[in-house]
Amino acid sequence: MKKIIASSVFGAVLTFGLATAQAQTKPAELKIPFATFLSGPAAVFGIAGKAGAEIAVDEINAAGGIDGVKLKMLVIDEGVGADKLLSEYRRLVQDEGVTVSSAAISSGSCNVLAPVAEDLKVVNVLWGCGSEKTLEDRRYKYVVRPASNMTTDFTSAALFLVKNKPDFKTIAVINQDYAYGRDSWEIFITALRAIKPDVKVVAELFPKFGSTDFSSEISRLQALNPDVIMSGTWGGELDTLVRQANQRGLMKKTIWVLPLAENSLERLGKGMPDGVIVGMRGDYYFLDPNLSKDPKVKTFVEKFKAKTGGYPTFPAYQGAVSMFAIADAYNAAIKANGGKWPDSAQVADAMHKLKLDHLGRKIVMREDGQGLQDNLVGITKMTPNFPFPVIDNLTLFPATITQAPVGLKAVEWAKTIKPELVQSPEIKKQ
Amino acid sequence: MTSSLLLLVLFDGLTQAALLFLVALGLTLIFGVLRIINVAHGAVYAFGGYAAASVGTALVTGDSIGLSLLPILIGGISMGLLLGAIIEIGVIRRILAMDEVMQLLATFAVFLIMEDLQRFIWGTAPVSVGGAVDAMGSVTIANITYMSYQVIFLPISALIIYLALRWTLGHTRFGRQLVAVAHNREVASAMGINAKRIGLLTFCLGTVLGTLGGALASPTTTLVPGTGGDMMVLSFAVVAVAGLGQITGTIVAALLIGVAKALSVHLFPELDVVVPYLIMLLILLWRPQGLFAVTQSRRV
Repeated sequence: MKKIIASSVFGAVLTFGLATAQAQTKPAELKIPFATFLSGPAAVFGIAGKAGAEIAVDEINAAGGIDGVKLKMLVIDEGVGADKLLSEYRRLVQDEGVTVSSAAISSGSCNVLAPVAEDLKVVNVLWGCGSEKTLEDRRYKYVVRPASNMTTDFTSAALFLVKNKPDFKTIAVINQDYAYGRDSWEIFITALRAIKPDVKVVAELFPKFGSTDFSSEISRLQALNPDVIMSGTWGGELDTLVRQANQRGLMKKTIWVLPLAENSLERLGKGMPDGVIVGMRGDYYFLDPNLSKDPKVKTFVEKFKAKTGGYPTFPAYQGAVSMFAIADAYNAAIKANGGKWPDSAQVADAMHKLKLDHLGRKIVMREDGQGLQDNLVGITKMTPNFPFPVIDNLTLFPATITQAPVGLKAVEWAKTIKPELVQSPEIKKQ
Repeated sequence: MTSSLLLLVLFDGLTQAALLFLVALGLTLIFGVLRIINVAHGAVYAFGGYAAASVGTALVTGDSIGLSLLPILIGGISMGLLLGAIIEIGVIRRILAMDEVMQLLATFAVFLIMEDLQRFIWGTAPVSVGGAVDAMGSVTIANITYMSYQVIFLPISALIIYLALRWTLGHTRFGRQLVAVAHNREVASAMGINAKRIGLLTFCLGTVLGTLGGALASPTTTLVPGTGGDMMVLSFAVVAVAGLGQITGTIVAALLIGVAKALSVHLFPELDVVVPYLIMLLILLWRPQGLFAVTQSRRV
């Protein structure tokens, strides 16, 4: 009898012990490191992304947080360089008990942080970086990107160009000289050659990242006189490039394709001429006719304008959506865990199955952690309603036709694009 | 190389050299008199640009050249005088007797403080002011459109500033005193020259040249955090090629680097970034004191 009682007590203790080990303690607050550029030229994106993320956190907290747990952003400056960023990230994870983070903007930072987050078992949301290679080169459990990447952005731009201005023969590129500039050109030109095999590249210019003058490059482009100039340049450098090219008449003669120029329109004002093909990361555009009336989007635009004085551009939306994605993943994981606070593995698992519905069209997460997000491209047009050009002829390119499938490298996939894709009924004018 | 390409390279090089010369001239002037390498000079350039853009944006109301240029010049020069006085009185005169490494560290600290201040005052959003460039119109050279501001106004302005500086040094009381202090501070002081006052005025003049460079760049570029760093490194390359303290040498070195950079963009775009430093390396290997500096015996 004594043996039976002892065994029962031992079994009960073991069961209780195991159950206790599986249930995570609900924290007083959920600390989320948010890596962004607060210094250097990339702060143009970084500060906007931070403002967007803060708006989302305030909104989530105002609604009661995640299962009563309030969110607290811990902002890290990416501008300090990869080594210091990594040290600060590790310190926060160890000292602050971090289980989830949102990092970062630079593809370089993302590539460095992703394996570290994986080792530390911290769920990391790649909120702003565009390189597809981060999730292509290695399969992660804890690292996800609930946003489009450069494959979608630059393939969409190539499709839009051929669809709307098909009669060109020569093209030149001027991109910033770093991983993103080089990789985005590779995707773009591979996709373009697949759609229009006779296109001839007449110049490949990669000025130093952070350049403040493009006079010589513009002279060279004027001398070569290509039909199309593509530039994935962004931020202040794009502003300088457009201003100098426009002042020297280069934008009148040539078709320009600027896949990330949505972020520059308000700053450039009349310095950006009509007729330029421009895009953004994903489908975040405050004048998108299908979404601008949506109360969630309208409120976000108003809050952002009140907070910063300007209209939100795509980095602001991306910062916000990264926080909404974290909240959604936690809520889904709590539900799957029978109402108990989940551990990192459960949150990571939930993150891979999300269907996000915030501030844009739905983003469907794939098993490789990459989100399928549609992309908008259009043409600049000055209107009486704003002191800067708006995006006209807005066209939606679904991620289902502009994203490489799981397991296939983007460049290899881009080679397989058929010219008929330009006429796909899935490409829709908004 | 065809003649039209040569023409393009020369004009592109000239536009780059003009601004580079102004900034490097300030740096070399300060070194010539105070024997100090001012690492904060890049931040001074950025402050000049931001100040010009702020004043320009606030005051430019018309399309005339004068109305577009005047606010930019006022903003840049005022900022130069203000910064020059603050940095010289607050830092420079206190570190003149210190070791060169300490001087470098102190001016680098000023650079870092100014970078943060810049972000605090003007934020991180790109800033620009374009009126002057539009007002001056364009010219066509070998079928290539250039902005008159870049190919005519900037080089002529740089040349006028160079000639005015040379004339001031050779024909005015202040200029002769400056040359005397640059030659030998102790002897100049013994002869009754107020070396402290000359140091302050020279530092202010050098700083104004730096801010003027930023101010004159503001209509053609966009100012963002980190703008100063790039210009600082390039102007150091110019000064090193010319030889520290060499005013005429600076104009030649700026032209050499400007034209070489333009040539690389047209012929070897991959080498654009390394060309200025390659030139600097080769010249320093050949003449460690720079192209125009005269080897001096060490004073004990």
